[in-house]
Amino acid sequence: MHRHATVALLLSVLTGVAGCTSGILDPQGPVASAELTILINSLGIMLAIVVPTILATLGVAWWFRAGNTRAQHRPDWEYSGRIEMVVWAIPAMTVLLLGGIGWVSSRDLDPPKPLASSAPTLRVQVVSLDWKWLFIYPDQGIASINHVVVPAGAPVRFELTSDGVMNSFFVPQLGSQIYTMPGMVTRLHLQADKPGRYPGISAQFSGAGFPDMRFTLEAVSRRDFDAWVAAAQGRGETLDADAFRRLTKASRADQPRTFRAIDPRLFNAVVNPGHETILPEPNPNFPGHDYPPLNKGS
Amino acid sequence: MFGKLSWSAIPVDEPIDMIASGLMVLAVLSLLAWVTAKGHWRYLWREWLTSVEHKRIGVMYIVLALVMLLRGFTDAVMMRAQQAVSVGPDGGYLPPEHYNQIFSAHGTIMIFFMAMPFIIGLMNFAVPLQLGIRDVAFPTLNSVSLWLTASGILLTNMSLVVGEFARTGWLAYPPLSELKYSPGVGVDYYLWALQISGVGTLLSGINLATTILKMRAPGMGYTRMPVFCWTALASNLLIIAAFPVLTATFAMLLLDRYLGMHFFTVDGDGNPMMYINLIWIWGHPEVYILILPCFGVFSEVVSTFSGKPLFGYRSMVAATMAICVLSFIVWLHHFFTMGAGANVNGFFGVMTMIIAVPTGVKVYNWLFTMYGGRVRFHAPMYWSVGFMVTFVIGGMTGVLLAVPPADFILHNSLFLIAHFHNVIIGGVVFGVLAGYMYWFPKAFGFTLHEGWGKVSFWCWFIGFYLAFMPLYYLGMLGMTRRLQHYDNPAWQPWLIVAAAGVVFIMAGILALIVQLVVSIRTRDQRRDLTGDPWGGRSLEWSTPSPPPAWNFAILPRVEREDDYWHTKARAREERIAAARALVYEDIHMPRNSPTGFITAFFAVVTGFALIWHIWWMVALGLAGALATTLVFAWRDESEFEIAADEVAQADQAHIEAYWAGTAP
Repeated sequence: MHRHATVALLLSVLTGVAGCTSGILDPQGPVASAELTILINSLGIMLAIVVPTILATLGVAWWFRAGNTRAQHRPDWEYSGRIEMVVWAIPAMTVLLLGGIGWVSSRDLDPPKPLASSAPTLRVQVVSLDWKWLFIYPDQGIASINHVVVPAGAPVRFELTSDGVMNSFFVPQLGSQIYTMPGMVTRLHLQADKPGRYPGISAQFSGAGFPDMRFTLEAVSRRDFDAWVAAAQGRGETLDADAFRRLTKASRADQPRTFRAIDPRLFNAVVNPGHETILPEPNPNFPGHDYPPLNKGS
Repeated sequence: MFGKLSWSAIPVDEPIDMIASGLMVLAVLSLLAWVTAKGHWRYLWREWLTSVEHKRIGVMYIVLALVMLLRGFTDAVMMRAQQAVSVGPDGGYLPPEHYNQIFSAHGTIMIFFMAMPFIIGLMNFAVPLQLGIRDVAFPTLNSVSLWLTASGILLTNMSLVVGEFARTGWLAYPPLSELKYSPGVGVDYYLWALQISGVGTLLSGINLATTILKMRAPGMGYTRMPVFCWTALASNLLIIAAFPVLTATFAMLLLDRYLGMHFFTVDGDGNPMMYINLIWIWGHPEVYILILPCFGVFSEVVSTFSGKPLFGYRSMVAATMAICVLSFIVWLHHFFTMGAGANVNGFFGVMTMIIAVPTGVKVYNWLFTMYGGRVRFHAPMYWSVGFMVTFVIGGMTGVLLAVPPADFILHNSLFLIAHFHNVIIGGVVFGVLAGYMYWFPKAFGFTLHEGWGKVSFWCWFIGFYLAFMPLYYLGMLGMTRRLQHYDNPAWQPWLIVAAAGVVFIMAGILALIVQLVVSIRTRDQRRDLTGDPWGGRSLEWSTPSPPPAWNFAILPRVEREDDYWHTKARAREERIAAARALVYEDIHMPRNSPTGFITAFFAVVTGFALIWHIWWMVALGLAGALATTLVFAWRDESEFEIAADEVAQADQAHIEAYWAGTAP
């Protein structure tokens, strides 16, 4: 409990600086909270060594300045076994402690590891495109652009890939980011504790439209989620191979929109370019990587 | 006839581009005109451009580095100015195609063409002098290395005028850097410039490593080498091990782009993840290639100005070599977010932290070197203490990023940008500037102006903190790197503070220029007649400033660590000039050779032709480079002789001057 109080105190200091914050200092889910705690703890451990070292450096440099006749003068002193031992031991012990934290937390918070929860896990497939995000709900049979709605308080399992270049899927307030890569599926589990709208970005440079590659993760109650799914199933076009080809044309800052139905083979086809029959040619609209005008929506 | 090259390659419709390239062309032309008008060509050609002397090659490397510092810094100013104003959907004054070139060029230039030449220049200048020898192992090869680096620099800067530079970030990750997504010549400029300069770097690494391993003065055992030589050895071993990886990686990307192969493509079962692994297998050792010699500089500076031997010499050497080895098993920490798995991430995280142990030891050893000393605060010492304070902060944030879950939320954010600038500016830049001010009197025979050096230090120091502390915070607010514009107005005040920091750094750079100009104008009052302006401890200070072409009239016999310091102490006790009854011999020195310059000329021709697909010119360039090498191989005389009398005269004059300068 004491540790959490310290974390809270540090946080309030940090947030006080900016007035309002978002980003990783305002975690809204178990993954983000755990990661921020690890970050703050590690920082605290190291500051305990670093601050005295800085002060000692400045102090020693000042005290042993050439003009100070009161300072001890040992012009030939160049070795002390005891000091050497301490000098190796301080960073070694710090690293032993931090290495433990790093090793354990790396296993605890591995992105593909499912989150423990009594609520059912929602499955979302993510495809990064030039320059927008496509979210496919395989179990609900719908899809959406630049807007991903999830039930609050329930884990979400993201399966991510890319059509074309690399990106990194990141919702700072929910924690862990992960790369989206062509021909490859990465997995990530996140959870939003409370309903809210959380900004998401691409955190890996992907070309001219990269800064506009933003999306919103909206966490809603289970009832609202079901209502959103039902509404989405009732409007918009179907995400089949043709619709996907149109999506691969470069655009930026696309307005969110949904698809009423999906071709269930689509995600696999994107992951295995050239191997799945429904998308024989990967990214057929190329060349299309130029900077598009700002999409004002329809 | 001219491949892809046409008049449309010159971006006449982009005013910022045209002004920048216009100014650059104007500066180069006026420099050339000045040299012609003053009739300096003959001197320049005979004494510098064809020189194979390690000291002059070192100086030329550093001149290149300082010029590229200005170029890379101009990019930094433009980026900070852009982000200070680019809030909103189409904010800022730079369109993305231009902004993306600028940050790519900034990283490429600062690492490959500022930091690397500066480090290699310092090593070239100081290592043979510290080892007590007359030149490096392969003097003409050294000149080739220098000029190949210059070729890479020239190609990179040509992209400003003819064509474009890469828009892919400084490491050009595929698939973005593949032909499909980057069809222009930008990535080709990047790849060929770095391939050519990379060959130069590798040759330089082989040359210096051989020099250190095989050519030390009599008695200079490994445990008597100054720590700068140790760090130079570690750095050059890393160059030899790491740069071939870079060359091979770029070669594969070039094969993808030129011959339609599929090493890293999306289709044809290529794997871009392999590129990312390979580039960081070079990339992480690269940062130690840069920082280790700087650790060496700080060791020399702190020890000299504290008037004490380096504390824990053996620890320092052990730490250096430990870093050298460990730097090869940490690369994966650059992409924990690729999803490699918990154990892989955990292993590389722990290894990364372990590398902080020897680094930490070094900081404490410098601290204990000052302890009990009489610390004289000359400008190099300012940079050193500034480094110790700043670098531990950068080291701390680095270890923080090595904790995988912390990296999951900080990766690619401005926190990362702040971290590596913290170690590169606080470590490498402070280090090379300390070395520059420390060895300048040795190179030119007069000291640099102290006051302007300290002004420069304070501007850099304050500027660094102003420019990068806000970036740490912005990273925590979720701001990622390489944003041409952004939509969160809360970020803007911090970006404006960062831009103000850049203004301070600009003042620091101006102070460096003023310092150089003032020092040259007042050089007669600041002559270093003794050759030992700082009370040095290693052998370079036993030579006159500037040292003669042969460095040492008689090769020193090294009896212990800090040999020169003890020689001085002994001579003072005995009150005799121990060197009166010396026997001088003829000295053979390598002849100057235009091989390096001409090879590099053909390398530029070849590189340019490859970039623009002008195949006949590729053949011409390669044939020219080969012919140059053959002509060099068939040379009749590679050395010239300096008569013993001439050596004796110069040496006795130095001994006189030394005793005149230090006599109580």
